[in-house]
Amino acid sequence: MVSPAPKIAVENLRLSYGHKEVLHGISFTVAPREILGVIGPAQSGKTSLLRCINRTVEFTPGAVMTGTVRVDGEDVMRVPDVYGLRRKIGMVAPLPVGLPLTIYDNVAFAPRCAGVTDPAELDARVERCLRQAALWEEVKDRLDTLGTKLSGGQQQRLTIARALSHDPEILCLDEFSIAIDPVTTMRIEDVLKELRAHVTILLVTNLTQQARRLADRTMFLWNGNIVEIGPTEEIFSDHPKDRRTFEYVNGIFG
Amino acid sequence: MNPPTFTATPHVLRKLRRERLAALVLSGMVLAMVLPLFAIVAYLVVKGAPLINWAFLVTNPTDGMRAGGIWSALVGTVYLVVIALLVAAPIGVLCAVYLNEYARESWLTRLINLAVVNLAGVPSIVHALFGLGAFVLFAGLGRSILAASLTLAIMTLPVIIASTKEALNAVPLSFREACWNVGASRWQTIWRVVLPNSISGILTGVILQVSRTAGETAPIMFTGAVFFKKVADGALFPYALTDQCMALSMHLYTVTTQVNNAPEALPYAIAVVLLGAVLLVNATAIIVRSYLRSRKKW
Repeated sequence: MVSPAPKIAVENLRLSYGHKEVLHGISFTVAPREILGVIGPAQSGKTSLLRCINRTVEFTPGAVMTGTVRVDGEDVMRVPDVYGLRRKIGMVAPLPVGLPLTIYDNVAFAPRCAGVTDPAELDARVERCLRQAALWEEVKDRLDTLGTKLSGGQQQRLTIARALSHDPEILCLDEFSIAIDPVTTMRIEDVLKELRAHVTILLVTNLTQQARRLADRTMFLWNGNIVEIGPTEEIFSDHPKDRRTFEYVNGIFG
Repeated sequence: MNPPTFTATPHVLRKLRRERLAALVLSGMVLAMVLPLFAIVAYLVVKGAPLINWAFLVTNPTDGMRAGGIWSALVGTVYLVVIALLVAAPIGVLCAVYLNEYARESWLTRLINLAVVNLAGVPSIVHALFGLGAFVLFAGLGRSILAASLTLAIMTLPVIIASTKEALNAVPLSFREACWNVGASRWQTIWRVVLPNSISGILTGVILQVSRTAGETAPIMFTGAVFFKKVADGALFPYALTDQCMALSMHLYTVTTQVNNAPEALPYAIAVVLLGAVLLVNATAIIVRSYLRSRKKW
């Protein structure tokens, strides 16, 4: 069987902020419509990795990135349309960010920035994304209230709706559940299971069990290095390739 | 029965005593600031009241400043302030947007930021000399409203830049990141999210400069303000931009130092008008700010 061309290919990626290197030359690929779980303790470079993929790392003064990150075969540092690249990638940050706009405008923001002006299309998109993020029923009667007035869990779903609003082919979730309750988390995980049919997902999480529930493969990132990457069952089995993986997954890392 | 848990031990009593002392000292400081302010305003109003009426506002000075009103000075000040801010506000705000949102951290931007901070502290007489050299002589504007306004604009620019940067900085970085993540450009981010949420702070900073511009004497003394100039009483647009003009601050200065036998109440009356105009503008600023704040969205 010929394996399909990777959706994301990271090769020897190094990233430093000033003199401090946070990613020490990591390489991995993500297949189309795969869910790759990324686990690892704080400060291991998980968020920085995501910021390299959609190139928002360039907004950080002093950040220097070497090596290549390819999305659909194209080097992200060389794409002519960086906004198009970012639209291809939906990004959900750890803490919910409701933009200080109405709920409707929060979701319509990305399409508008991409030049969509047709009200009917915007309406349809807002409804579809809010439904996908399991928020539609709660807010459909108050789309013109401020997104920042929603509860934390609702705002996180709003953030996810916004991340879906530009039809991304890749979804990067950065510890999306740390600010929301377990019930909402499970609802969003159900959403992710539906999305996996047509979206590639990078799931950064510090809940190892979340990776276990959702990910096809799991990567253990530690101190800017990949300790181990492999099928999720293997990572969470009693005998992963690296002893540190076993210790981290079972909470005896130290 | 259990011994009472919440007894006032000596430690607790000491805490309470210090709490009362702190409240006393701090509120005393507030009084020390507020009382003189009210005293000054009351003194000015009482001393100036006999002269202040509608005719005083809308007629020209006569008899070598000893009689008549202050219309030509009042309208001159309005000219100077409005033109100065029309020039300084857009340049200052856009400059701050660039410095805060676009400029990368480098020795050049650090130098520019340092220059802005230091320029804000330069005495106004230095700006006056610069205005004399640059606008009156070099640019050939002569002593005119235009030259004086530009000098005032140069004086207020660094302060507007600094206050605008402050307002922009108050918008959380996470909003910008959220916008960048969905493919918004820097400009789209600024226009749709950053500016709407910092506009109240930006406007406050600009409007507060009105009082400073109206009150300064030195920058306009060399560049466009005159001792006396007669305009039509009550005329709304009596000056051309190339004219010299009178200004309230300058008028106050000349009446107190250059005119013999001026009515005793005159300088106080002028001061009251100047103060009233400034308070009016500041009150507007407060209203605008509280209106925009009530719409604040996070």
